[in-house]
Amino acid sequence: MTLLSVRDLTVKFGTRGTPVTALHGISFDVARGERVGVVGESGAGKSITGFALMNLLSRPGYIDSGEILFEGKDVTKMSDREIRRLRGNRMAMIFQDPMVTLNPVLTIGQQMIETLRAHRRLSYDDARQISLVKLKEVYIPSPEARLDQYPHELSGGMRQRIVIAIALLLDPQLIIADEPTTALDVTIQADIMELLLEMCRSNMVGLMLITHDLGVVSQVTERTLVMYAGRIIESGKTRAIINDPQHPYTQGLINALPQQTPPGTRLRQIPGSMPTLSTMPPGCPFNPRCELATDVCRARMPEITQFGEVQVACHEVKRLHAELAELEGAQ
Amino acid sequence: MFAYLVKRLLQAIAVMLAISLIAFAIQGNLGDPLRELLGQSVSEEVRQQLREDLGLNDPFLVQYWRFLGSALQGDLGTSYFFKEPALEVILKKLPATMELVFGATIIIIGLSVPLGIYTAIRPNSILSRAIMAISIIGISIPVFLTAILMIYFFSVELGWMPSFGRGETVHIIGSWDTNFLTVDGWAHIIMPSIALSSIMLPMFIRLIRAEMMEVMQSEYVRFARAKGIAPGRIYFVHALKNTLLPVITVGGVQIGTMVAYTILTETVFSWPGMGSMFLEAVNRVDTPLIVAYLIVVGFIFVVTNTIVDLIYGLVNPTVKLARMGA
Ligand SMILES: Nc1ncnc2c1ncn2[C@@H]1O[C@H](COP(=O)(O)OP(=O)(O)OP(=O)(O)O)[C@@H](O)[C@H]1O
Ligand SMILES: [Mg+2]
Repeated sequence: MTLLSVRDLTVKFGTRGTPVTALHGISFDVARGERVGVVGESGAGKSITGFALMNLLSRPGYIDSGEILFEGKDVTKMSDREIRRLRGNRMAMIFQDPMVTLNPVLTIGQQMIETLRAHRRLSYDDARQISLVKLKEVYIPSPEARLDQYPHELSGGMRQRIVIAIALLLDPQLIIADEPTTALDVTIQADIMELLLEMCRSNMVGLMLITHDLGVVSQVTERTLVMYAGRIIESGKTRAIINDPQHPYTQGLINALPQQTPPGTRLRQIPGSMPTLSTMPPGCPFNPRCELATDVCRARMPEITQFGEVQVACHEVKRLHAELAELEGAQ
Repeated sequence: MFAYLVKRLLQAIAVMLAISLIAFAIQGNLGDPLRELLGQSVSEEVRQQLREDLGLNDPFLVQYWRFLGSALQGDLGTSYFFKEPALEVILKKLPATMELVFGATIIIIGLSVPLGIYTAIRPNSILSRAIMAISIIGISIPVFLTAILMIYFFSVELGWMPSFGRGETVHIIGSWDTNFLTVDGWAHIIMPSIALSSIMLPMFIRLIRAEMMEVMQSEYVRFARAKGIAPGRIYFVHALKNTLLPVITVGGVQIGTMVAYTILTETVFSWPGMGSMFLEAVNRVDTPLIVAYLIVVGFIFVVTNTIVDLIYGLVNPTVKLARMGA
C-alpha cells in the first residue's frame, strides 16, 4: 500500500530576478513501512526533497508544481493548520546535527511534552509518562533524570537518541532522516543507525533515509533513489542498484566505494563536480562528467525508463538495452 | 555558584579601583584646591605650609591611597560650592535621576520587546517598515534636540505638557521624593523619560529584531516547526528566550550608559537630578563634586552590570554548568 506518492515535484528558489530550479519534477513512492534510501553527491537536492515533503522549505525556496500525496491527501494543497497536524504526528523528521536540533533553553522534557500536547489532548503528567516510555525505548539511561536536563548536558549520541525518541513520540507513519549520523562520532554512528532501523522495523514506520553512505543504504533500506542535480536518475530495489547499477553516475558512486578499490590504490572518484543550480548544462546534467556522453545526451534530458527492477534516466542505458533486446530477438 | 559570585565581585572591585584612580587623577589636574580654600590674598609661605599640611606635596600614589581610604569611609571630599560633603549633595539628587532612568527603562523594555518581535516576524508589513524607518530617525537625532523639539511642540505650541522641573512629588523616605504618585508628577516625568529613551529605544528594537530573525533561522526553530508546534509557541517559547539572552547583556551596559545621558536631558528639562548638578559643578570647577559624581556613576554602572550578569546566569541554562565547573 502506498503511503507517500510524489508526482512531478518541482522546487524553485525565488532569488531576485528569475528563480532557479532545485528539483526538476521528481516522482517516487514510499509504501507503508518501507525504508527508502536517498543518495547522491552534496547539492543533489536530497535535503530539499525531505523538507519539501513537510512543506518546510525555508525562504526563498518554494514548491512550484507537483503533488505530494501523503495518506491520500496532497500536502501542497493543505492549509497551514492541516499541515501542522501532520508534522511531528504522521510524518516526523530527524535532522543531521543533534547539537543544534534541540532548543538550548528548554529541557528535554519540555521539548518532548510540547510535541505530544501539540497533537493530542493529554495532561502534563500523561505526556511526561509517554515521553519517559519513549526514552526507555531508545535506550536512554536513567530517563527520569534526563527529562529535566538541558540539551547541553548530554552528549551528541544521547541527543540524537532523544531526537529519535521525539520523532517516534506520536507513532508516525513516515520518518524523514536527513543524514542522522553524519555529525556524530564515528564510534557511535553504527549504534544510532541500528537503533533507527530497529525502531522503524518494530513500529512498521516508513523511513526516508538521506545519506552519502551507500554502505548504510544497502544495510538499512529496501529501495534506493539516486539523485543528481535535482533529479532522480536511478531508482529501484537497493539490492539491484548496489549489485548492478545501470546509470553511469550510480556506477561511478559504487566504484568510488573503498570496498571496490584494491588496497593501496587510489579511490576511483568520479572526475569533475556536479553543476550548480545556475550552471546547469543543456541535456542530461551528468553529461560533462560522463564517459559515454553523446550528442543526444548534450541536447536532451533522457526520460525515466523501467528496466527490470530499476528505473533509469539515461540515453546510453536505454540504447544498450534496446540493442540487447534486438540481439535476443534476432536469435 | 559561590565561586562565580566571588569572581564577579572581584571583577567589580577591580573596575571600581580603575574608576577611582581616573577620577583622582582628574582631580589633581583640575585647578588648584588652595585657591578655592584661601582666595588670592595669602602669602606664598603660608600656601607652602598648607600644602605640606594637606599632604599635597606627597607622591601621587600616597595621595591616592589616602583618597581611597576616605572614599571607603564614604568621604569623597567637600563641595566647594555647597560647603557640604560631596557624596551627600549627590545622594540628595540621586532619586530624581534614578526615577528618570527608571521611566526611560520602562518605556524601552515595554516597547522594544513587542516591537522588536513584531518587526522580526512580519518584516515586510507596512507597519514594520514604518517602525524601522522611524527608529533610524530616532537613533540619528541627538537627545537634546529631541528634548527641545518636544518642549517646543507639546509645551510651547500646544501647551499640553509642563516643560521643566519635577512638579508635585510625594516624599517617600530619606531624600527620596517620587514623581509616580501624583498626576502632576507623571505629567512632568513623561517627556524627559521619552527624551532619555529616544536613542536606546530604537537601538533595542533593532537589536531584538536582528536577534529574533537570526534565531528564527536556527535549526532548533526548524525542528520545532517539524514537530508541528504552533507559531505562537515557536515565537514566544522557542525563539523569545534565545533572543533575549544576548539582549540582556547589552541592556545592562546600556542602562549604565543612560545614566550618563541624563546630563543632557536633565539640563534641557531643568530636572533637579545629579546630571544637571554635574554640569553646574563643571561650570563652577567644583572639583570634589565632579570627582564624587564620576565615582557614584561608575559605581551605579558596575552594580547594574554585575546584577545583569547574575540575572543572565540565572536564565541561561548553559551558564549554570560553567558556573558549577568554576
Ligand atoms: N536557501 C537556498 N537558496 C538557494 N539555493 C539553495 C538554498 N538551499 C539550498 N539550495 C541549493 O539547492 C541545491 C540542493 O541542496 P540540498 O541541501 O538539497 O543538497 P543535498 O543533496 O542535501 O546536499 P548535502 O549532501 O550537502 O546535504 C543545492 O544546489 C543548494 O545550493
Ligand atoms: Mg543535505
